[in-house]
Amino acid sequence: MSEIEFLNWVRGPGFQIAIIIFVAGVIIRFAEILLLGRKPNLAEAKGSEMSSGLRTIITRSIPDKGTFQRSMFTVVAGYIFHLGLFITIFLFAPHILMFKDIFGFGWPSLPTPVVDAMAIVTIIALFAVLIHRMRNTVLKFISTKEDYIVWLVTILPLITGYIAFHRIGMTAPTLLAIHILSVELLLIMFPFTKLMHTFTIVMSRWYGGAISGYRGVKS
Amino acid sequence: MTNNSNKEKTLGEVMRSRGVSRRSFLKFCAATASMMAMSPAMIPKIAHALESARRPSVIWLSFQECTGCTESLTRAHTATIESLIFDSISLDYHHTLQAASGHAAEEAREAAMNENWGKYILVVDGSIPTDNPGYSTIAGISNLDMFMQTAAGAAAIISVGTCAAYGGIPHADPNPTGAYSVYDVIKKFSNNQLDGISSATLAKAGEGSVVSKPIISVPGCPPIPVVITGVLTHFLTFGTIPELDHLGRPKAFYGQSIHDRCYRRPFYDKGLFAETFDDEGAKKGWCLYKLGCKGPTTYNACATTKWNDGTSFPIESGHPCLGCSEPDFWDGGGFYKALSMPTENITQTAIYTAAGAAAVGVALGAMNKSKKNNAVAAHNKTTIDDLEK
Repeated sequence: MSEIEFLNWVRGPGFQIAIIIFVAGVIIRFAEILLLGRKPNLAEAKGSEMSSGLRTIITRSIPDKGTFQRSMFTVVAGYIFHLGLFITIFLFAPHILMFKDIFGFGWPSLPTPVVDAMAIVTIIALFAVLIHRMRNTVLKFISTKEDYIVWLVTILPLITGYIAFHRIGMTAPTLLAIHILSVELLLIMFPFTKLMHTFTIVMSRWYGGAISGYRGVKS
Repeated sequence: MTNNSNKEKTLGEVMRSRGVSRRSFLKFCAATASMMAMSPAMIPKIAHALESARRPSVIWLSFQECTGCTESLTRAHTATIESLIFDSISLDYHHTLQAASGHAAEEAREAAMNENWGKYILVVDGSIPTDNPGYSTIAGISNLDMFMQTAAGAAAIISVGTCAAYGGIPHADPNPTGAYSVYDVIKKFSNNQLDGISSATLAKAGEGSVVSKPIISVPGCPPIPVVITGVLTHFLTFGTIPELDHLGRPKAFYGQSIHDRCYRRPFYDKGLFAETFDDEGAKKGWCLYKLGCKGPTTYNACATTKWNDGTSFPIESGHPCLGCSEPDFWDGGGFYKALSMPTENITQTAIYTAAGAAAVGVALGAMNKSKKNNAVAAHNKTTIDDLEK
């Protein structure tokens, strides 16, 4: 297989396979969660589920003072790499073209040097959280193999993308193909790992808030 | 074709007889040395070698091709030294350019082969069909037979154009004629995967050890004329083939990508793109990435040597690079699809998958629910009697 054949494969059939697994996996997992059902709550509602739920989506996204002081590193590094991932994935012009091809619409991009710099910041932040995870006794104890695999499949597209953009080491078609392949690996792993929190986070935060709202307590 | 009295002359003699001055000849040698990344000390050596070189015999075979390569290489706008070198080689056989045809032409080819066995340069343009020998024949000889017979006695093979270098358009999906490049045909021959090859050709190919022939690929649709003269100059000067990359292309010309040498590259780096062919960005000469430019993955010399006597190259005239010097550029999902776009219809794939997955999800949910209901139904309440057991 020549490098262009490899590139054509990851842009075509390879991408299709990854999308099938990603879409099917995410939908089936959602269906399973939503169809589990809840026992009817016979207690009288003491507040609104909806407003408390919606409020909690926002309040839980902003660390309270105590949490921030206790885990400043986790909060800051976590925010940096999540924001960095959002910028590099969704605000880089070539990526928007890909989304436009799939969704039928695009959005404005950030200047390439900004995305380039954010990619480096994100990579550094991801390494920092890994080192923190491995050096903190409690974190290390509760970490599973999955945590490290998820870290790897998240950072791989960033590193391969950075190398492909700057064309370091190998020929351009190979670098681009490796980058797309690493994204496909991420898509395939997505529904079966903690990466699912990307989609479930809003729902679970709402649910947590809704329970408190029903009971009439602060969430 | 070649004039016999000219055949004994050296290239220097031919050039002088055509009125090429010593100064312009040396300028050509300097330009060639610089293009091929040689030291300036090599210029006199190139000049001496070219001046004293006996005109090499060249056999040019055209197979499944469109003649664009020959057009490109023969249509110089002015009588450049490149074109003179090209004119001055002993082009003993060229399907398109020769007046003779049929058996007479084939006899000329065989005579040239016998006379220069082991020394002539074989230039091939066009891909070679391997499925059925009848798909493409010349004077009743299949392309495959003619290629293998002629390659057997060649000093080196130059695959001119994307069809000869990688299979090109005939090789594009679904490849109805089983077309392959020169390199692939020889590889198939060495692996005994070629059918429809005559026993006489087999014997000749074995005798001439076709498998070990050096192959230089000069891809492009069409390739840049100066690249072929550069390769010939190298061969005439050193008697060897230039340094090649992993796809058999001379590194001097294919060492850098279009993107790396593109004058619009600063716009790519800044993220300034033309969105359509006639928007403000296009008028301002911004990057053509979004319009499908394959420059980032294409290695060729267009951005530096340019076309039409150094006038411009496709990107300069406002059109994205098609990636014509890379393998399978016809099957890359469309010329106007950006490199970051998928080549297949992912939207349709996602919709069908979502519909199927939703059905599976609902079915799984229903199964879980019924399992739960069954468990509830099968549950026996504990009674006082049970506790006393």
